[in-house]
Amino acid sequence: MTSALRGLLNKPRSVKMDLITHFTLLIIAGISFFVLILVFYTLVSNALPSFINFGNNEVTDLWNFLTGEIWRPSSDIYGIVPLVLGTLLVSLAASLIAIPIGIGTTIYISEIAHPRVRGILKPAIEVLAGIPSVVYGLFGLLILSPYIRDIFGVGSGTNALNGAIMLAIMMIPIMVSLSEDAINAVPRSLREASYALGANRWETMRAIVLPAALSGIVAAIILSIGRAVGETMVVLMCTGNSPQITANILDSVQAMTSAIAIDVGEVAGGSLHYHVLFAIGMILFLFTLVINFIADLIAARYSEAYR
Amino acid sequence: MNRKLKQNIYFGLFRISGWMVVAAIAVLIGYLVFYGIGAISWEFLTQAPRVGMSQGGIFPQILGTIYLMVLVLIISIPIGILSAVYLVEYQKNRFMKGVWRVVVHNLAGVPSVVYGLLGLGLFVLLLDMGASLIAAGLTLSILVLPIIIASTREALIAIPPSLREASMALGATKWQTVRHHILPYAMPGILTGVILSLSRAAGETAPIILVGAAFYMPNLPDSLFSAFQALPYHIYALATQTRIALTGPNLFGSALVLLMLVVGMNLVAIMLRNKYRKKYRW
Repeated sequence: MTSALRGLLNKPRSVKMDLITHFTLLIIAGISFFVLILVFYTLVSNALPSFINFGNNEVTDLWNFLTGEIWRPSSDIYGIVPLVLGTLLVSLAASLIAIPIGIGTTIYISEIAHPRVRGILKPAIEVLAGIPSVVYGLFGLLILSPYIRDIFGVGSGTNALNGAIMLAIMMIPIMVSLSEDAINAVPRSLREASYALGANRWETMRAIVLPAALSGIVAAIILSIGRAVGETMVVLMCTGNSPQITANILDSVQAMTSAIAIDVGEVAGGSLHYHVLFAIGMILFLFTLVINFIADLIAARYSEAYR
Repeated sequence: MNRKLKQNIYFGLFRISGWMVVAAIAVLIGYLVFYGIGAISWEFLTQAPRVGMSQGGIFPQILGTIYLMVLVLIISIPIGILSAVYLVEYQKNRFMKGVWRVVVHNLAGVPSVVYGLLGLGLFVLLLDMGASLIAAGLTLSILVLPIIIASTREALIAIPPSLREASMALGATKWQTVRHHILPYAMPGILTGVILSLSRAAGETAPIILVGAAFYMPNLPDSLFSAFQALPYHIYALATQTRIALTGPNLFGSALVLLMLVVGMNLVAIMLRNKYRKKYRW
């Protein structure tokens, strides 16, 4: 041991430095790995007591939690179905708005726009991606909602439609930048071969470029839907926050994320309600994992096809 | 149908959707500037709110947001960058590399409200920090950690192996190679990631709602364990819990300040990236 140590001390300074930095970096990487695992552990450990408590509770057990159609924390009734459906209604409506516009914009930017126009459009969309969600929420709550109320003649302009429109504007930049990567990854030679056969630009797009980029575009769409499901501020401020089961886009709804953000102010740490909120967080977390996994699986197909 | 006509119709549709997005940006920013610009003055940026947020400024909220960004800068950015350096340059085990990639990739996509729950459960309650500056700073630090690791990793991977091999062939140690060759070339990419994650930390609202930002404080925070205020929470609280007729100017002024702060940082990051993307072509 001592001879090994002396051998080390006799090494040149650069070698000692190399060992020290290697060791330091190892420790730092270990710390951040530990922290990231801690995220998962904290969620699980705070969510689990709710399921254990459910067993002793006549009003709610795990089955009632997952299938219960009433969310009324004030009476300790925790059925998650209205929240899940609220999230789905808003996210799906947002996707219906965002997908055609987002894909159209991607094709416009990557294939049609003049380079100078592209030079302005791309940064503009990247800026849009950086705007804080609370600003979108503010816009929907105070500026868009009176228009929705007047145009559709409904009592309140804060409803699923309002949330969906604002969410769509938030989703588009993510979708555009991801699907643009997919379109750019299609090799030039494919397009050139198509042009050489006499196809025009649209025919080449439709028959060659889009099919080749399809899995990347689908992955982009799935990832941005995942973003919409996890978004909090827009649905919190724009959708009216009434947990009800409805398919009417002009009704107020409450999403899973907004239930967490709203209720958290009232819960006592360690109460059933507190653990239930973590259980909802756990569901959102698992949902993200599934979305990422599916998107990876689909995207892997196209990166393999064109290496 | 005529082939040329068909192309024109489809391209016209795509062009319209592209300009619809531009119009949405213009309307959004236009409204906020229109309502907010009147409120912004030197006094607004440097004074505390008065008369139930209807007069005075938003200095405490701006300061709170800057404190949070500084905490993220100190806690998360060195750890994130150095972890990515270890991951890319030192970690040889392919299995561990894969585990890292999966963990970082998935955590970067976790909704911010879930990080808020983490902050509440871990820092505020379990470690008993209360609704404090440090609890919010740590929560935001964990939120941006995967983003920093991922962006630094991208920047390091983009450097061709030949550079490393040349340095090693000249007898440099691993650390000398990293210190003098890898990090300088990766710096623009790393910096872009750093700026983007700081702007993310400045704009995140859901986590600080959960950790428990204060709506009004008579004094500025004087320690890490003080309660805290921050711009995004200020906007949320004013918009949802006060009478807009009275607090409107303060509210839209705050939104414009936050927008300028975040968009300004993002523009710097984008310009930095574009400049160096042109400079280094491997």
